Amino acid sequence: MKNKRYVLSFIILGMLLLFFLALNLCAGSVQVPLRAVLDILGGREADGTFSDIIMEIRFPRALAAAVLGGALALSGYLLQTFFHNPIAGPFILGISSGAKLVVALVMVFSLGWAVHVSSMIMIAAAFVGAMISMGFVLLMSRMMDRMSMLIVSGVMIGYICSAVTDFIVTFADDSNIVNLHNWSKGSFSGISWENVMLMSAVTFLASAMVFFMSKPISAYQMGESYARNMGVNIQVFRALLVILSSVLSACVTAFAGPVSFVGIAVPHLVKSLFRTTKPILMIPGCFLGGAVFCLLCDLLARILFAPTELSISTVTAVFGAPIVIFIMIRRKKERAE
Amino acid sequence: MEEFYFYTEGLTVGYEGVPLIKHIEIRLKRGEILTLIGPNGAGKTTILKSIIRQLAPLGGVVCLDGKRMQEFSGKELSRKLSVVLTERVRPELMTCEDVVATGRYPYTGRFGVLSEKDLRIVRESMELVHIQELSDRDFTQTSDGQKQRVMLARAICQEPDMIVLDEPTSFLDMKYKLEFLSIIQNMSRTRNLSVIMSLHELDLAGRISDKIACVRGDRIDRFGTPEEIFSEGYVQELYRMTVGSYDERTGNLELEPVRGEPEVLVLSGNGTGTAVYRRLQREGIPFAAGILWENDLDYPSAKALAAEVVSVKAFCRIDEKAMNRAKELIDTCRQVICTMDGQETGEFYQELKELLEYAKRQGK
Repeated sequence: MKNKRYVLSFIILGMLLLFFLALNLCAGSVQVPLRAVLDILGGREADGTFSDIIMEIRFPRALAAAVLGGALALSGYLLQTFFHNPIAGPFILGISSGAKLVVALVMVFSLGWAVHVSSMIMIAAAFVGAMISMGFVLLMSRMMDRMSMLIVSGVMIGYICSAVTDFIVTFADDSNIVNLHNWSKGSFSGISWENVMLMSAVTFLASAMVFFMSKPISAYQMGESYARNMGVNIQVFRALLVILSSVLSACVTAFAGPVSFVGIAVPHLVKSLFRTTKPILMIPGCFLGGAVFCLLCDLLARILFAPTELSISTVTAVFGAPIVIFIMIRRKKERAE
Repeated sequence: MEEFYFYTEGLTVGYEGVPLIKHIEIRLKRGEILTLIGPNGAGKTTILKSIIRQLAPLGGVVCLDGKRMQEFSGKELSRKLSVVLTERVRPELMTCEDVVATGRYPYTGRFGVLSEKDLRIVRESMELVHIQELSDRDFTQTSDGQKQRVMLARAICQEPDMIVLDEPTSFLDMKYKLEFLSIIQNMSRTRNLSVIMSLHELDLAGRISDKIACVRGDRIDRFGTPEEIFSEGYVQELYRMTVGSYDERTGNLELEPVRGEPEVLVLSGNGTGTAVYRRLQREGIPFAAGILWENDLDYPSAKALAAEVVSVKAFCRIDEKAMNRAKELIDTCRQVICTMDGQETGEFYQELKELLEYAKRQGK
C-alpha cells in the first residue's frame, strides 16, 4: 500500500517535469507549437528562427532551471537533515549569499583586469563563499543551542553578505555591471550549453554521492548518538554532508545567483506528497520536485509580465515563504501537544 | 580477566579533558545485569557514554569480548552493543515499526533495504516488548512509555550481546517499569544478554541487578552484588540525604520525622501502625511507637518516623524495661492510639491488654 503511494508520487513528479519542460519550451514572447518543438528536439527541423529560439535560448535555460532547481532542493534537504530543522536551507542560512559575495568579487576583479573567468572558476569561487558562510553558521550553531537562533544568525549573515555584494556592485565601474546586477538578484537567463554541461556534471556527481549516503542519513535522522551506535562515523558523515550541500548550492549560485526558498519549500512539499522521510525516496523525490518547482517559477518569471522579466527569487519567494510560515505554525502546534 | 565479557581497567571519564570520575573498575560476565546508582549529577550518564564510545575516555581501558573498545570498527561494535538513551528522538513521519527497524542498520546492505529476515526480526522484537499493536502508529504520536518500549525493541532487534540503557524506566509508570525490567531480565536469561543500565529506583535495582556500581561524584564508591552494596545506612550516605530516610533491608523510604517530645503514643504491630505513623507525620505531631519487635512490619517506618520507639529484640519476650518505658509514655503523652484489638494480638502479646487497661485508668 505504501509502495503504491511511492510509485504514484514518482509518476506524478515525472509527468509534471515533462509537462513544465514542454511548457517552458513552447511559451514565451514567441509562441512555439509543441509539434515544432518536438521536431526541433528530434533533429527533424534544424534551421529557422524557432530552432534558434529553442536550441540556443529556451532549451538550455529550461535544463538549467531543472538541474539547478534539483540541486537547490537537495542542498536544502541535506541542511535540514544536518541541523534537524525543517526551515534550514542554503538561502535562509546565508550560504547562497556567501557564495554570491565571493563570486561577485571574482567577477568585478576579473572585469577590472579584463581577464576571462571560466565557469569552473565561478563554481570554485561560489564554493569558497558557501564554505565561509557555512563555517560561520556552524560556529553559531555551536554557541547557540536554540534552533530558531541559528536561523536568525543565518539570515543576518545573509544580509551582511548581500550588503557587501551590493556595495561592490554599486561601485564597480564597467558597462557589464548590468549583467552582474541581474545575476546578483537571481536569474536563469543567458545560460549557455557549456554552462549546462558543467552544472549537470557537478550536480549529478554530487547528487549521486548524496544518494549513496541515504543509509547513514536515515540513521542520522534518529539523532547523533543513535547514529553513532549504529556504526556511522559521525565526523566523516557530517563533513560530507556540509561539503555536498555547499557544492550543490554553490553550483546554483555560480550560474543563477541566489535563489530563495526552493531549498525549504520543495523538501517539505515532497515529504507531504510521499508521506515519508526515508532518504532513499526523499533524495530522488527532492531532486525531481526541485526541478519541477524551478521550471514553474522560471516560466512565471518569464511570461507573467513579459517582456519584463522578474528575478527568479521574486517568484520562488511568493510560493516559498508561505510554506515556511506554515511549517513554523505547524511545528509550534506539535510542540504544544 | 578472560572470563569477563566486559570490563574496565583504571578508566577515567570526563568532559573536554577535565576528569570527572577516576579509577573506574567494573566487570561483567555474559548474561549479567549491572546497574549504576547514585545521586543526580554524580556522573552515571558520563560513565555510560564513555563505555559506549559516545565520549572519549580520558584514560584507562574498556574491553568488550576480549578486545579493546577502540579497536572495533563502527559496524563490528554495532552488532555487539546497542543502546537506549535519554536523548529524545523526534523522527518525522516514521511509524513505530520504522523506528524499530532502524536497529537492523548494521545488517542491511548499501541502501539499507530490509530483507524478509530483517522484517521477521523486527516483528519478533516488537512482540517481545508487547508493542505489536503500535507498529503502524506514528512514533511522535505515542506516549513516553510507549516510546521507551519502542526504543527497547529497536535495541533488541539490533541483536546485540550487550545492551546499555540510560535511565530506561524514568518515564514509565509502575506497571510498565516492572514489565520493562522483566523483559530485560528475560533477555539476559534466555539470550545471555549482558546489560548495563542506570536506575533511580533503588528497590528495583536491588532486585534485578547481579552487580551494582555506586557512582559518587568523583569515584565508583562501591561495586558488588546488591547484598554487598546495601549495608545499613549506606544509601543515606551515598545520596547525602539530609532529610528523610531509606531502609536498605525493606526499601522503605520515609520523609523527615517530626522531632520533639512525643505527644501521642501509638500502640500497634503487624503493619497496622504504619498508616497512622505517616498520618501523624503529615499533621506534624511528634509521636512514640510501641511496643514493637524488631522484626515487626511496622518497625522500619516507626524507626524512621517516630520520635521514640519502644522495641524489643526479635523472637524475645517483652521485658520489664520495655513495659515500664511504655507506661511512662502513656503518662506523658496526651493521647494513646491503639490500632489492634485483643483478638489480633494473640497469645504472644498479652502485655498489650495490660497497657490498654493502664491507659484507660489514666483516662487517655
